[in-house]
Amino acid sequence: MQLTLWTYEGPPHIGAMRVATAMRGLHYVLHAPQGDTYADLLFTMIERRGSRPPVTYTTFQARDLGSDTAELFKSAAREAYERFSPEAMIVGASCTAELLQDDPGGLAKALALPCPVIPLDLPAYQKKENWGAAETFYRLVRALAGPRRERSRRARRSCNILGPTALGFRCRDDVREMETLLATLGVEVNVVAPLGASPKDLTRLGDADFNVLLYPEIALTAAQWLERTHGQPFTRVVPIGVGATRDFIAEVARLAEIDPEAASQVEPSRLPWYARSVDSTYLTGKRVFIFGDATHAIAAARIARDELGFTVVGLGSYSREFARDVREAAARYGVEALVTDDYLEVEAKVMELQPELVLGTQMERHIAKRLGVPCAVMSAPAHVQDFPARYSPQMGFEGANVIFDSWVHPLMMGLEEHLLAMFRDDAEFHDGAAPSHLGGKQTPPPAAPVASDIVVVWAEDAEKELRKVPFFVRGKARRNTEKFAAERGLETITVETLYDAKAYFAR
Amino acid sequence: MNALSPLPAMGAAGCEARPIVQERGQREVFCGLTGIVWLHRKIQGAFFLVVGSRTCAHLIQSAAGVMIFAEPRFATAILEDRDLAGVADIDDELDAAVDRLLVRRPDIELLFLVGSCPSEVIKIDLSRAAARQSKKHAPRVRVLSYSGSGIETTFTQGEDACLAALVPTLPQEAPHAPPSLLVVGALADVVEDQFARLFDALGVAPVRFLPMRRAADLPPVGPNTSILLAQPYLADTAHALEERGARRIDAPFPLGVEGATLWLRAAAVAFGVTEERFDAVVAPARARAERAMRHYRDTLAGKRIFLFPDSQLEPALARFLSREMGMEIVEIGTPYLHRRHMASELELLPPGAPIVEGQHVEQQLDRCRAARPDLVLCGLGLANPLEAEGFTTKWSIELLFSPIQGFDQAGDLAELFARPLNRRARLEV
Repeated sequence: MQLTLWTYEGPPHIGAMRVATAMRGLHYVLHAPQGDTYADLLFTMIERRGSRPPVTYTTFQARDLGSDTAELFKSAAREAYERFSPEAMIVGASCTAELLQDDPGGLAKALALPCPVIPLDLPAYQKKENWGAAETFYRLVRALAGPRRERSRRARRSCNILGPTALGFRCRDDVREMETLLATLGVEVNVVAPLGASPKDLTRLGDADFNVLLYPEIALTAAQWLERTHGQPFTRVVPIGVGATRDFIAEVARLAEIDPEAASQVEPSRLPWYARSVDSTYLTGKRVFIFGDATHAIAAARIARDELGFTVVGLGSYSREFARDVREAAARYGVEALVTDDYLEVEAKVMELQPELVLGTQMERHIAKRLGVPCAVMSAPAHVQDFPARYSPQMGFEGANVIFDSWVHPLMMGLEEHLLAMFRDDAEFHDGAAPSHLGGKQTPPPAAPVASDIVVVWAEDAEKELRKVPFFVRGKARRNTEKFAAERGLETITVETLYDAKAYFAR
Repeated sequence: MNALSPLPAMGAAGCEARPIVQERGQREVFCGLTGIVWLHRKIQGAFFLVVGSRTCAHLIQSAAGVMIFAEPRFATAILEDRDLAGVADIDDELDAAVDRLLVRRPDIELLFLVGSCPSEVIKIDLSRAAARQSKKHAPRVRVLSYSGSGIETTFTQGEDACLAALVPTLPQEAPHAPPSLLVVGALADVVEDQFARLFDALGVAPVRFLPMRRAADLPPVGPNTSILLAQPYLADTAHALEERGARRIDAPFPLGVEGATLWLRAAAVAFGVTEERFDAVVAPARARAERAMRHYRDTLAGKRIFLFPDSQLEPALARFLSREMGMEIVEIGTPYLHRRHMASELELLPPGAPIVEGQHVEQQLDRCRAARPDLVLCGLGLANPLEAEGFTTKWSIELLFSPIQGFDQAGDLAELFARPLNRRARLEV
């Protein structure tokens, strides 16, 4: 029994809904009690979809439990087919219906509906949303992609784009960015799935030469199956960030057997120049904490360190299925990975590490807000703000531009920081003045964890000297000095200690 | 000085004459767990622990949204495979979860264990667990249980189940206590205060409210208690109070000027308030409300509205919208119709509009599309899809989260319905 206030992922049938809602011509009959229909509003309100998810719920009640919930399922499935005439149906149970053991798959089979019906077995008490989406997509691909076929060698190589779903983080725009990129490289896109695909489209998956795997959490299982069964290799690099996009282009060029020079036609990103321009100097070594789904978190760490010059002080994910990848990535940055779905643990970690920027989900945005730390959102779970009206991909070179803007804007601008330091004694720029976009109120940083039992006291002149340090680095100076003193068993910090510590930490 | 006398039935078409259609099929409604979203803000010192699945936790965070971040007084104990497989003893697991919670939240005085669909289906005995934990944590914390499961409760019925669970714990009123009034049903604090002032001016006293604002302030109940329902979905609570000897005052619900007047009047009659005093007290508030509403009547009069089932407030809303706002009612959906509690509402409803109890959402959408109403009252799952089809909609859940009862909210209530039409008229894109 897990005690929680909030979860990063919903139950697995929500994952199945994300796949069903992304597709056209597919209908999901879900054996579920009254109330589980709340899931519709995720799509109609958060994603602002103009149509209801293609889901029929049995919405059984207590009185049905006494009679025949199986019959209720059958009539719901039959009615759904008659009303929506889908090309294919998926059937399954939510957590409560799983306990009834009505076997939706068997019941639907008995109906002998004139369309493919794919049963889903999503164990609600073990698994979560992304696993449910991955399993659903895999089952659909397996059922519909058909046997391996001979592919004739064509002039233009083709690929499928796998992984984007409804309610996914920037999936809509990532797909467009990738389609543009692949077109520029001269690679044809055969099918994009699940987003926008019909069951009939899935039967054509085997026609492509290889697969582009955009979201491993959703489509890795399907991509692996297609590799085994249809001999389609798939891309391993997720093109988030400039370096990753370049690697991705190289990988695509290799898989498509095209000249990598084709990439010179691709509009480059502004990120490399912006990161080099002098205004960005202040970004150097900013301490960043990263938490999100595995794909976005791992990509974010690479961008943070290699493309923006930040220091990654923490890296974590709620994607347990990808814990190994997250741990490997964390090791590259010399930090310990935090793999958890308990946001209180994440909050504790943020408080402990005292980063200067948090890159996370909407939950980390709230954590960071409470702690007065700037934050940018870069991963699902999705929020209404994550479906912006404008074109705003995370992937490809335009995605890198978007990332530069959205991660750097929460921080104080370089010139602004510089001026504040110059005029720090002016009334307008007093120490308590926080950046206006953070509410203009300085939130006192949480107390640093005490490293030892020694209580370190600041001598008056040392405290006065500390105040001469520009305030935006003063917190760091204070922490470092206290750590330095505690480690050496000093009970009083003098001006000497302050400068000793400064020299010690200077690198 | 004439004591107020009960009003004769006003509508020619009583509830006997009105056809009530029952419909079965897919229901597009929340389950009773959703009530936690407003109840946890209402009862200070109370905490709601849902014993359920990840779906329950996901539902509450989806419905409660930003409240998650304001130290909410609710949480979910998520059942996992090992709980179901019998590897873990559910009682031990639950006790441990409660212990951990009480350590972290020393401010909890009253803890509700809230049953869910899975906990009901696997028959976890939460009332036994609550009794056991009450004993263990007395006197600091009282532990009660109720079911907010979707198999037993629809949306607002969660509040009914919660309040009904409180009733046995209410103290017995003193043997020769003077008549008292208990207003039942969660109201916004501001509305509660307004009613308290009006009752005070009428000389109706003592007046108490259930749910109480502080977990420890339990109102007493007994044969000298009269109960006045402020919400239409309190079947079990009213029954439990009647079992304890309280008498229910029959009245329409306090929505709109007419609803508020008749509701207060019913209490005033029961407490022997004179005609003169009632009029003197109520007249200024009525006049103010009339002024506040007048503006919106221009927008709403003559417009046709279709009400999807959601909170059981629908018949009372339809009565307000038709009689005070001049709207034409196309269909009144309601998840459940309590014939007795709704009797005085049904008498007031103009004839014609069918009441549909239960739901078959697809068929109801078909009827809505065919009728082409000017305004649709519906849940969040339906609102944007209907807007995309060209309909103008009002989210029904807002009627639970906004103060809408009483004279000083009558204008606000009208405005909630006028705003979507106003918005539609402004937009040129």
